[in-house]
Amino acid sequence: MDWVKEWGPTTAVFLPAVGAVILALLPKQQERAIKAAGVLISGAALLVGLAVLGVYRFGEAGMQLEKDVSWIPSIGARFHVGLDGIALPMFILSLLVTFLCMIYALWHIPDPGNPKLFIALCLLLETGMTGTFIALDLVLFFIFWELVLVPMYFLIGIWGGPRREYAAIKFFLYTLFGSVFMLLGFLALYFQSTPHTFDILVLQSEGVLDLPISTANLIFGGLFLGFAIKVPMWPFHTWLPDAHTEAPTIGSVLLAAILLKMGTYGFLRIAIPILPDAAQNYAPLIGLLAVIAIVYGALNCLAQTDLKRMIAFSSVGHMGFVMLGIATMTDVGFNAAVYGMVSHGVITGMLFFLAGSIHERYHTREIPELGGMSLKIPVLAGLLAYSAIASLGLPALAGFWGEVMALLSAYNPAAGLSQTTFRTFMVIGGIGTVLTAGYFLWMLQRVNLGRVPDKWKDRKFADVHPLELMAWAPLLALIFVLGVYPRLMFDVTNSTVLELAKPFLR
Amino acid sequence: MQIDYVALGPELLLTGVICAVLLIDLFLPPERKWLAMPAAFVGVLSTLGFVLFLAGEARSTLDGMFVVDPFSVLFKAVFCVATLIVFVISHDYLQEDDIHQGEYYTLMLCSLLGMLVIASSRDLIPIFVALELISVPAFVLAGLRKKDLKSNEAALKFFLFGVLSTAVMLYGMSLVYGITGTTNLTRIGLVLSAQPVFRSIAVLSVFFIIVGFGFKVSAFPFQWWVPDTYEGSPVPVAAFLSVASKTAGFVGLLQIMYIAFGGLADVWRPFIAIVAVLTMTFGNLVAMQQKHLIRLLAYSSIGQAGYILLPLGVASATDADLNQQAFVAAIVYLLIYAFMETGVFAVAIAAGRRGGGYLVDDYSGLATRSPGLALAMTIFLFSLAGVPPLAGWAAKLFVFLAVIKAGSVWLAVAMAVNTVIALYYYASVVKRMWIDKPATERPKVQIPALLGTAITLTAVIVVIVGIFPDLFGQLATLSTLF
Repeated sequence: MDWVKEWGPTTAVFLPAVGAVILALLPKQQERAIKAAGVLISGAALLVGLAVLGVYRFGEAGMQLEKDVSWIPSIGARFHVGLDGIALPMFILSLLVTFLCMIYALWHIPDPGNPKLFIALCLLLETGMTGTFIALDLVLFFIFWELVLVPMYFLIGIWGGPRREYAAIKFFLYTLFGSVFMLLGFLALYFQSTPHTFDILVLQSEGVLDLPISTANLIFGGLFLGFAIKVPMWPFHTWLPDAHTEAPTIGSVLLAAILLKMGTYGFLRIAIPILPDAAQNYAPLIGLLAVIAIVYGALNCLAQTDLKRMIAFSSVGHMGFVMLGIATMTDVGFNAAVYGMVSHGVITGMLFFLAGSIHERYHTREIPELGGMSLKIPVLAGLLAYSAIASLGLPALAGFWGEVMALLSAYNPAAGLSQTTFRTFMVIGGIGTVLTAGYFLWMLQRVNLGRVPDKWKDRKFADVHPLELMAWAPLLALIFVLGVYPRLMFDVTNSTVLELAKPFLR
Repeated sequence: MQIDYVALGPELLLTGVICAVLLIDLFLPPERKWLAMPAAFVGVLSTLGFVLFLAGEARSTLDGMFVVDPFSVLFKAVFCVATLIVFVISHDYLQEDDIHQGEYYTLMLCSLLGMLVIASSRDLIPIFVALELISVPAFVLAGLRKKDLKSNEAALKFFLFGVLSTAVMLYGMSLVYGITGTTNLTRIGLVLSAQPVFRSIAVLSVFFIIVGFGFKVSAFPFQWWVPDTYEGSPVPVAAFLSVASKTAGFVGLLQIMYIAFGGLADVWRPFIAIVAVLTMTFGNLVAMQQKHLIRLLAYSSIGQAGYILLPLGVASATDADLNQQAFVAAIVYLLIYAFMETGVFAVAIAAGRRGGGYLVDDYSGLATRSPGLALAMTIFLFSLAGVPPLAGWAAKLFVFLAVIKAGSVWLAVAMAVNTVIALYYYASVVKRMWIDKPATERPKVQIPALLGTAITLTAVIVVIVGIFPDLFGQLATLSTLF
């Protein structure tokens, strides 16, 4: 177990990348072997992740399983990784979701095929995602953060829908634009700190960073741009519907379940703890953009006819709740945010799986063209209903806690923030939940219920395939378990979150 | 006067090699002319050995005109390695294109000799002579495809622009000599900081000298020759110009600006900064419109020149710490640039062989025809774009570090925006290779062993240096002029 404590997280991160390189050596024709290798490699990484879970001491604040090795001495960047209550859930979720995607890939890889490249890219993506969540050095964080872009660009560009080229390059350019400014912010932090350091933990400690508030605001602005585009917050969200709609199913799942969380995670890991004063200044703005995103996302969902695009816009709204929780700068809000990140990852990942599987059967995702699905393929329709209802925040399912606690935290924001403003946000967010319920139920009514349209009458559709079920079962279970027993999450996050909220208690 | 022949050793050795290659070529029958390449290769390799033998030494000879220090050794090694790679990627190209091989290698060696000299020169006169020695053979090399009109145009344009800018630079140098009474860089620096009397003339001469180097490094607005010359020249020559020749220009510029004119940094800093920003913006914006890959690379290399120039735009007359940081940034960028740029040209040669073509459209579906080549090209292009964890990213990181350290937020933002613009056209080539289908059926690409080795090697270096940037970072830190 000592080995796991020492090298566990690092191994889980780099195992997929090494696997991708090994995969490149397999002959292209061995498609079954390649797909199996994908499952094995991501499965092995998940096992290492579970071993990490085994040695993690729950309920303790602070970093655990740290590893700190010299990396680029001439600029003082180090290979410093570790896990705490905020990082751990996202780290495990990334490993789990990628593994499930690999199982799903056994069932189906869209045109133009080429599983070798597809799986290698997914594994590379896994390294980027998991690495982002354990990095404790700004340069290291940035490398992992950017490592995600190239595989996702190819996943959308090669295996995507009709407008894939546009969507892929838009995703790439938009995110890069944000992240170069984030990098400038990182470098500014480096030069403003004494002694100069890129270490995220050291930068948080007392006296290392002594900034005039104007400088802090400027740096926070750079970080904000990078993270907000990734989340994405309104009005930086326009890349998301395109990327989601065009991406292949697995790409959408990974994008929704993990990639978006990198943005919110960036706020919690870097921007807020390192620059608390500036964060407090930005909080009303973040809160405002968050509630705009909630309402705007919901209204857009009502107008969508493409099922996948609708789910994409629902992500904008759900991430709005996460950001609202963060904006309150309270422990309740931060807990809600981390909880919301996980539940949105599980639920929306599931919804994208379902949208993909529906598309595979009907070859359309137009909501008005579908209909009566519960008569045709009852199990799939049932799963869609289950996930959609979870997503709209029904109590006892995972979506509920993130939303309700975010709203709750807005009732009582941190001491330095205006109560009136945030209570207004709470009311607007509350209206958003109603709209959310509205569009999901309306979607269910049109897709699942009613009569089967004439054109599908004589068609036979296969109901859920065992491989699909295998890929989905853990997510479906998590939706329920997290819903009825939210302490599972809060026990992990709370101690870390209390530390995080401390500077705002004054 | 005692002459230190050991310090001059690499140059003397290379001079011998040049004569030998020229002679060997005379006695070779036409079908054996290719033997000039191994001969030249071994010659450069032994020169490189001699250079490395001098590593860590501090020598000065010819009354301080010629020095051996870590800076000069590092860049001599870079020039030798770059030339070796260019030799390797030239071999098959020359055989298939029927270019006079003996002359080709001899001229390139002459140019290399100039580069070796410039890295060691601490005096205006050898710097000027070295610059000419670099340029004049390059003029001929650009026109080596004699029967091709484009090649003629390439050579002529290159020549006319080159001569003009050299004349301007020479005028600047003469002014410097007039007001300081010396051509030695260190002494110029001392006189200029002691006597503020001739400040206006000194400033004027600095600008003239920048113009001359601006041409060599293809900085805006002296870059007009670049696209036509790169497109018309034999492709390996374009690689040579964009890597070795450009680096030599930067080496000369760094030495003059920091040693001789360091005291005037406050005057020329904003000028260089503006030129750098204009250079990268122009290069990147125009590159987006290109349909010919070599032209695209030409404009991209202009953009890259802007990034390399940017650290000079934060030079300071007083802050040695900052100067050190900026200097390291420029060196690291040049080192990394040398590998990714030769790599990208090597792929262009490999893909362009046997009617493969040099249009961006010709790259459609390359990933299905030749996945390895497409992968290498992707690595090089994304490295040039600065996508981590490839070496080009580390290069940009060092530049950003220097600029942010100086507190020049606007320069940093300008470069950041440029990085995003540049990604667009690099990614558009990548898109062709992986996403698009070829318009017509094309045969699989055959890659000769030599070329394949060069591509693999440079790609591996680009990846490894990207993950461990300190491999070059440490070298650069040891090799500054301060």
